Amino acid sequence: MKYLTEYRNPELAEQFFEEIKRITTRPWTLMEICGGQTHSLVKNGLLEMLPDFITMVHGPGCPVCVTSISVIDEAIWLAEQPNVILCSFGDMLRVPGSKKSLLEAKAEGADIRILYSPLEAVQLAAENPEKQVVFFAVGFETTAPANALSVVHAHKQGLNNYSILASHVLVPPAMEAILGDEENRIDGFLAAGHVCAIMGLEEYFPVAEKYHCPIVVTGFEPVDLLQGILMTVKQLEAGIYKVENQYTRAVQREGNKLAKDTIDEVFVTGDRIWRGIGRIPQSGYEVNEAYRNFNARVKFNITIEPAEENKECISGDIMKGLKKPFQCPNFGTKCKPEHPLGAPMVSSEGACAAYYHYAGSKMLQD
Amino acid sequence: MSEKIKMQLQCPMPKFDFEVITLGHGSGGLLTHRLLKSGVFDIFKNDILDQQHDGAIFQLEGKLAFSTDSYVVSPIFFPGGNIGDLAINGTVNDLAMCGANAKYLSLSFIIEEGLAMSAFWQVLVSIKEAAENAGVQIVTGDTKVVEKGKGDKIFINTSGIGVVHPKARIHHNHIEPGDVIIVSGHIATHGIAIMSIRKGLEFETELKSDTANLNHCTQALIEQFGSNIKFMRDPTRGGIASVLNEIAELTQLGFILDQRKLPIEEQVEGACEMLGLDPLYVANEGLFLAVVKGEIAQDFLSALKEFPLCENAAIIGEVAQTPAGKVLMKSGIGGSRVVNYLTGEQLPRIC
Repeated sequence: MKYLTEYRNPELAEQFFEEIKRITTRPWTLMEICGGQTHSLVKNGLLEMLPDFITMVHGPGCPVCVTSISVIDEAIWLAEQPNVILCSFGDMLRVPGSKKSLLEAKAEGADIRILYSPLEAVQLAAENPEKQVVFFAVGFETTAPANALSVVHAHKQGLNNYSILASHVLVPPAMEAILGDEENRIDGFLAAGHVCAIMGLEEYFPVAEKYHCPIVVTGFEPVDLLQGILMTVKQLEAGIYKVENQYTRAVQREGNKLAKDTIDEVFVTGDRIWRGIGRIPQSGYEVNEAYRNFNARVKFNITIEPAEENKECISGDIMKGLKKPFQCPNFGTKCKPEHPLGAPMVSSEGACAAYYHYAGSKMLQD
Repeated sequence: MSEKIKMQLQCPMPKFDFEVITLGHGSGGLLTHRLLKSGVFDIFKNDILDQQHDGAIFQLEGKLAFSTDSYVVSPIFFPGGNIGDLAINGTVNDLAMCGANAKYLSLSFIIEEGLAMSAFWQVLVSIKEAAENAGVQIVTGDTKVVEKGKGDKIFINTSGIGVVHPKARIHHNHIEPGDVIIVSGHIATHGIAIMSIRKGLEFETELKSDTANLNHCTQALIEQFGSNIKFMRDPTRGGIASVLNEIAELTQLGFILDQRKLPIEEQVEGACEMLGLDPLYVANEGLFLAVVKGEIAQDFLSALKEFPLCENAAIIGEVAQTPAGKVLMKSGIGGSRVVNYLTGEQLPRIC
């Protein structure tokens, strides 16, 4: 398939493997930020083919995984209110809240719809004026513009039965939280290509500078990832730390201005609690004052008791790159996709799910 | 003119004095009688059904296979077919996978009140056409109507009896290392065709479901290759990954797939990429997996490709001693990964 096959070319991949082997003189630990990258690494068997001295650890870039248990509880509470249609991306449905998941709430009769785009939720609101339609607006900077746009559209259409439950998280503050952790062992980052397609590169320069850490914006296909790894290792071997862009076919330095303007129109930056990691300052988007009528938290006056994370789940350590899924005593035993202790085991982008579903024969033996 | 349109013209809807099906049509009274008389008995007419017993009475020679399946697909009409074709082909194919040629089917409807008579008629005509194509007779059945909201337009159950080919030796116990895994056509087409018109997911495509009977093709292959065909299965729900996991578990052998050899239509591959779905887990219809002896694999493949809808058949992998009980896939890039069972439904991802 055009634009994919060329980035899955085995000969090209082989050249990158060889080059990585050739230039590496000592062990390096790299983190890929995005869950999509983690899955591509595992699904294509790349982790097993990389030389032993390159360790890949898997970052927090799985929106489902980092959404706090209390936010899931809020979504479930909303879905269970009379006359509410809760719309969500499919991924969120299996994630356990403190008592149940959205999928279980749906089975009990809550009106929960899986959509691909928040604009469909706006349409649903227009078609069902007697219902309140709430969109569960989860995701990193990638999904924020479309979610913001849904609010702008609803406002323009004069809909008073549409709102969003915003749970947006931002990459750069999370990178800083990881790099600032005293146990940190990350030498370089593969930044998330699609996040940067929206936001551009600017906000990564101070991070690279402050922590002396190379950051390479990287795509998702095998050849992208290998090139991203090579570019990062080259910097590390040369003792330099700058922001580079491997994913030039999608990412421009200034990002997507229209998308960023839409975000600024609707959202305001604030603190956010990350599942397994805790509160990170200025790491999320919430609906701003001007659009407060579209903020489900305000509209429904949600007052949910904050719930405790499951203590047996070490997702925080995994997403900070301190541990690998196999190092969790519950991996594949007490915690499986069908009865997860934490989100990384159920999300299609979660690191634990990637290992559980795809880990190759060598990894199984290790 | 397509076969489907011809059939619709040959079977014009009789004049009913109702436009939608109501609870009364399932009551067993006069309305039921009218619906069955003109709607079911006339259209499926055959000697056994005409006896109008409580059950079908018939005689069959040889070893028999028996199978049942229920059909709840939504939406009930989709590109390339409807719930009616599916209900016939599905059970015919389950029997075909046992090495049997389907002879007689039962047919039961659970209809949600409010279903338009014209929609029901269209389903009936498709059933008639699919049954004729497969060479199977509908010999007994049942119709129930449930209140609005207690069903989803129409559910169908079919059970079937077929005669097993005398040369068939299909059992997972016969699979051994060195055997070859073959798929009869493009994978994942049916599932993606249905998804393309599901509410909230509509996307433009020319994809059509490949629902079709497999009995003629498999009977001919068994006649030619006999016990060299070790195993057959139609990978419907759960896709080819689920079938291979089942047999890996049962045989405790390793099933090694080669990603580069999987036949998949470009549109389907694109849709899967876009929706974040793995085609290995997407449902198929009119498709089967076969595990055959290594020595005859090429001949089997050539013979298979001669059949309609099988021109894209391919060898997709082989059976090995290890990893015991696992399905492994060699990636296009040269790595390998385990292909596991799916947990629940495949859910679209966020980004």
